[in-house]
Amino acid sequence: MSWPGLLSPPTLTRRTLKVWQRNRDVFTKTFRVNFLPPLLEPLLYLLSLGYGLGFFVNQIQGVSYPRFIAPALLAISIMNAGFFETTYASYVRMYFQKTFDAIIATPLSIEEVITGEILWGATRSVINASIMLPVLIVFGVVDLPISLVIIPFAFLAGFLFASIGMCFTALTPNIDTLNLPTFLFVTPMFLFSGTFFPLSILPVPIQVIATAVLPLTHVVIITRMITLSQVTPAILVSLAWIVMVASVLFVLAVNLMKKRLIV
Amino acid sequence: MADVIVAQDLEKRFGDFVAVDRVSFSVREGEVFGFLGPNGAGKTTTMRMIQCVSPKTSGRLEVFGMDVSTHPAEIKCLIGVVPQETNLDPDFSVQENLMVYSRYFDIPAGTARGAIDSLLDFVQLSERKDTSIEKLSGGMKRRLILARALVNNPRLLILDEPTVGLDPQARHLIWDRLRALRSRGNTIVLTTHYMEEAAQLCDRIVIMDQGRILELGRPQDLVRKHAGGDIVEADNKPEVLACLGRLGERFEVAGERVQVFTSQPREVTAAILKECSPVEVVARPSSLEDVFLKLTGRRLKE
Repeated sequence: MSWPGLLSPPTLTRRTLKVWQRNRDVFTKTFRVNFLPPLLEPLLYLLSLGYGLGFFVNQIQGVSYPRFIAPALLAISIMNAGFFETTYASYVRMYFQKTFDAIIATPLSIEEVITGEILWGATRSVINASIMLPVLIVFGVVDLPISLVIIPFAFLAGFLFASIGMCFTALTPNIDTLNLPTFLFVTPMFLFSGTFFPLSILPVPIQVIATAVLPLTHVVIITRMITLSQVTPAILVSLAWIVMVASVLFVLAVNLMKKRLIV
Repeated sequence: MADVIVAQDLEKRFGDFVAVDRVSFSVREGEVFGFLGPNGAGKTTTMRMIQCVSPKTSGRLEVFGMDVSTHPAEIKCLIGVVPQETNLDPDFSVQENLMVYSRYFDIPAGTARGAIDSLLDFVQLSERKDTSIEKLSGGMKRRLILARALVNNPRLLILDEPTVGLDPQARHLIWDRLRALRSRGNTIVLTTHYMEEAAQLCDRIVIMDQGRILELGRPQDLVRKHAGGDIVEADNKPEVLACLGRLGERFEVAGERVQVFTSQPREVTAAILKECSPVEVVARPSSLEDVFLKLTGRRLKE
């Protein structure tokens, strides 16, 4: 497959949703286990960083430290849900469980399977955001009702991270090498995307890099504008960045997977 | 009768390696058609092309009159597949596996539920309905995969090594179920390297080796053509070989044994016993296994 081939749009039917439904059914079977991380994660971060570390931080850009990091916690959780669903979880389904092989023996195509997986990853982001948001509301660190907009936005952002994850899954030689994108990409993003301190205190070149290539930067910009009720037209730039990059990486993910699995 | 599968000069290459080398065959409606061959012969690759999951490199391949490259979804609606690997969904129970699979075929949940009950009955797994996949034995898993391949009521069933690794009871149960399906008019295509399986089940077989079809025909015809009626075996010792030469018998060396293909086993056995003083002599009807080894060689294919 040539480079233009890697960007050819997939042919999809409504059957794509069957893959999503399969993953949803597994998720609901084990719901009680799945429920805990997104519930505990913001609690731990808010208490340790927000109120612990925040004790030494007066205000950042005119807001209290817990209110500053709350939207970042949402963004990080959205990222983790989408990314880890289509990396480790999809890899296990593809390689160890042979679930994809079983599905493509039915009328579904591999394009539909991969798209269904990515849509499910995006849905996991929505689920995480929906569980986390009430916790942040109870702590009074996000504005209402505007912050509810985060829930639909989580789908778009989750779709982006799920597509990124699927690209890595398509390229990884084995499950251990999936640790590389986690440490070299996700962890730096977690720290350097304007999450726990404003990007503006970093040297300009790093700011430029963070804004140009770190998807989480744009997601944090948007969630922060929303939870602090400070939406400016600049939100459109970040939205456009996410939509564009997500579309390209989604198509790339599907074609890379097709290349890996259809021989 | 109409042809369900037609392959003409079908070829599959992986880079420079030719996995399937321009084979031609056709499968008739209602027959059990077997692919025999050593590992790496190209059987599974051929199956995967028929199933529309592996694109052909060149040649013609039609299933139900439709081209595999242009109508994969339509073809896959009409076929059921039992893969070589057990790829049941470990996240679901026995019944859930079939429910989720039915959904891939757009079968409404209500219809599926009834059909699944009778399918579980058919493969004798009704009592295991709610069991998780890990708790099933190897034989149960294969039976469940057979049931799964039938959820869409397929007109063509493709089985890749359906009984590999099973004990004789489990194997006979699968054979019995396949015969039942055949008598209902299903077309069945299977691969195997169990000669007995091919001889028991198949109306016609092809013997493949290194991507080519060596023979195609009814099992008993192939036995007659390549192995004659009977085989007399004796131990492979220089004295015995020299003695057979004196008797004017045509023989072949097969490992520790020497084989004489003959239509007069009694006479040949008597002659060997009398003239050649072997340690042991065995006379038996020739089988598909003899044909297979004769055509594909005795060397390990690895």
